Amino acid sequence: MVEWSDSERKTIASVWGKIKVDKIGPQTLARVLIVYPWTQRYFGSFGNLSSASAVLANLKVANHGKTVLNALDKAVKNLDGIKATYSELSQLHCNTLNVDPDNFRLLADCLTIVVATSFRSEFNPAVQATWQKFLSVVVAALSSRYH
Amino acid sequence: MLSNTEKELIVQIWDKMIPVAEDIGSEALLRMFTTFPKTKTYFSHLDISPRSEHLRCHGKKIVQALAEGARNISTLTTTLAPLSRFHAYQLRIHPTNFKLLNHCILVTLACYMGENFTPVAHAAIDKYLSAFSAVLAEKFR
Repeated sequence: MVEWSDSERKTIASVWGKIKVDKIGPQTLARVLIVYPWTQRYFGSFGNLSSASAVLANLKVANHGKTVLNALDKAVKNLDGIKATYSELSQLHCNTLNVDPDNFRLLADCLTIVVATSFRSEFNPAVQATWQKFLSVVVAALSSRYH
Repeated sequence: MLSNTEKELIVQIWDKMIPVAEDIGSEALLRMFTTFPKTKTYFSHLDISPRSEHLRCHGKKIVQALAEGARNISTLTTTLAPLSRFHAYQLRIHPTNFKLLNHCILVTLACYMGENFTPVAHAAIDKYLSAFSAVLAEKFR
């Protein structure tokens, strides 16, 4: 069971409050597909992903990026029950979608980097540490129902 | 495999970091120590508090080595041979830590460059950093 200090709770809520999902979501998923091209295997139905500019202009990528990032809201609002929150989503990714769970970590790392490009110096080492602690709990929850 | 465009982009980015090498390098290290506290075990003999002389000095060396290596990526193994020997035989760093530092270098560049740290630049630097760490860890295998 993860423990959160009051200041960690504040930091997570504050970072999440400043994230513009419609902008950061599409950028994050696009970076995953561009920086780690093997992740494209899961998005065969998304159409043209053949170059960085194609990925960035792909509306399906943008929409799915928003969906993914919106799903993070549940974790922010249930910091003490993240594992239970994502139980079904974890089963879906394991049994139906067959996604290698290490890709959740890659997505989390790209999200951190996109947030850094947007927040600049405000995203200082202490904020980064708390934010990544939060994301690592989310990644563990999404990986928890693999068997 | 890095394309010629990617190689040029990597040189351009690191050349811009040389004048601020101390700031960028020490920030990346500080981010690594804060986000992944276990990495501090390798620095127990140094003062790694924020803005300390050791942190700034080591940070500068890292950025300078990255900039130097970028100028000729095809000879990275030769350029980095002394560093590779040092990390493998004397420091004996568990190679998984290179990934953690690489991530913190990416975050530092993202904060410093903002929107100029484009997805294409991100991909190129990520590939370069993996190549760089592979060379540093090469003597172990």
